[in-house]
Amino acid sequence: MTSTVMEQPLHSYHLIAQTCLLAGKIILQNGGETYRVEDTMVRIAAAYGISDAQSYVTPTGILFAMDASVPTTRLIRISERLTNLRKVTLVNEISRRISQGKLEVSEAHRLLTEIDEQPYAYPVWLQVLVAAIASGCFLVMFGGRWHDFLAAVLAGGLGFGSVVLLHRLVPVKLFAEFVASLLLGIVTILLVKSGAASNIDTVIIASVMPLVPGLHITNAVRDLMAGHLVSGLSKGVEAFLTAFAIGAGMAAALSFY
Amino acid sequence: MPWIEQAVLSFITAVAFGLIFNAPRQTLPQCGVVGMIGWLLYMACMEMGLEAIPSTLIAVIIVAIISQLFAKLYKTPIIVFSVAGIIPLVPGGTAYDAMRRVVENEYDIAVQLGVKAFMISGTIAIGLVLSEVVNQLIRRTYLVRRG
Repeated sequence: MTSTVMEQPLHSYHLIAQTCLLAGKIILQNGGETYRVEDTMVRIAAAYGISDAQSYVTPTGILFAMDASVPTTRLIRISERLTNLRKVTLVNEISRRISQGKLEVSEAHRLLTEIDEQPYAYPVWLQVLVAAIASGCFLVMFGGRWHDFLAAVLAGGLGFGSVVLLHRLVPVKLFAEFVASLLLGIVTILLVKSGAASNIDTVIIASVMPLVPGLHITNAVRDLMAGHLVSGLSKGVEAFLTAFAIGAGMAAALSFY
Repeated sequence: MPWIEQAVLSFITAVAFGLIFNAPRQTLPQCGVVGMIGWLLYMACMEMGLEAIPSTLIAVIIVAIISQLFAKLYKTPIIVFSVAGIIPLVPGGTAYDAMRRVVENEYDIAVQLGVKAFMISGTIAIGLVLSEVVNQLIRRTYLVRRG
């Protein structure tokens, strides 16, 4: 083991650490599970001949240590978390190629930097449109009438659109979700009062679905299972807070009804 | 006819959620399939007279198993598929009813509904855990047998 590290020139040793951290950072920032972050980082390090790498990952930061002949410890703070599963998939592919020994360190680092800088996301208008259509579909799935379809599309699109917009203006996610669900509730009430929709309950339930923290719930469970208690609990709390904000917004709107 | 309607609608919602979470374009149809199977199973269980909790459990376990198959087949992280399948099963309606009762000062009913929503969320979690454990067991015995 030691001989492998001795063979690595110092600069490539640093590059390995940087590559591991970059891969970890991209996965964590874009909605990957914590255990996947740790696994990927240790695997990449092992593929480049460093078998005793340690990583400690929480949703807000990564600690990475390589305890070989040149001990290195790095820390990265993660302040912004998005959901972009395409980036997670791309990094997963690169890590797979590295494990198979098909990718040099410098090339891997270049590819990862590219992924980090590219947006790789669907346009926002498309996401809002799709969220609106999904709300309409949910309405019928949850036993609503086709008559209310357009009302749910309108309310759902407005709810999701305002979360995206408000989150850009105000960095507090909780507030954006609260206001969005409040707006959504008020619009639904207005639609029902004006006679454009018949059932207030199904319209609100359907249009609030795109705001539901489904990814956080799934990730929290998978992290808890993998023994990442700190990450699992904090992601669970994040999901609970989102649910709470949505519920509070709806309750506020309903109290006007 | 209502089944075809439900199938088409749940396919669309699952693809929509794939888009919202920025899943890769080539995995979107598979997301749709996972979501559709999960929802149809849930509906079928409810039609047969099962309670919401066992229906959710059955649907989630199957969703997780299919997601694992797809993850292996398409060499893609499993969350891409499982999230799309789970979203329609999230107890949004029950949680909403609970919230509504709180607003109407009917706290006793609100607590009942809230606990029910919580139990269904817990069921989703347990379903995910169960299929994950089974998956790991299968993989381990497979590896042991291979030597």
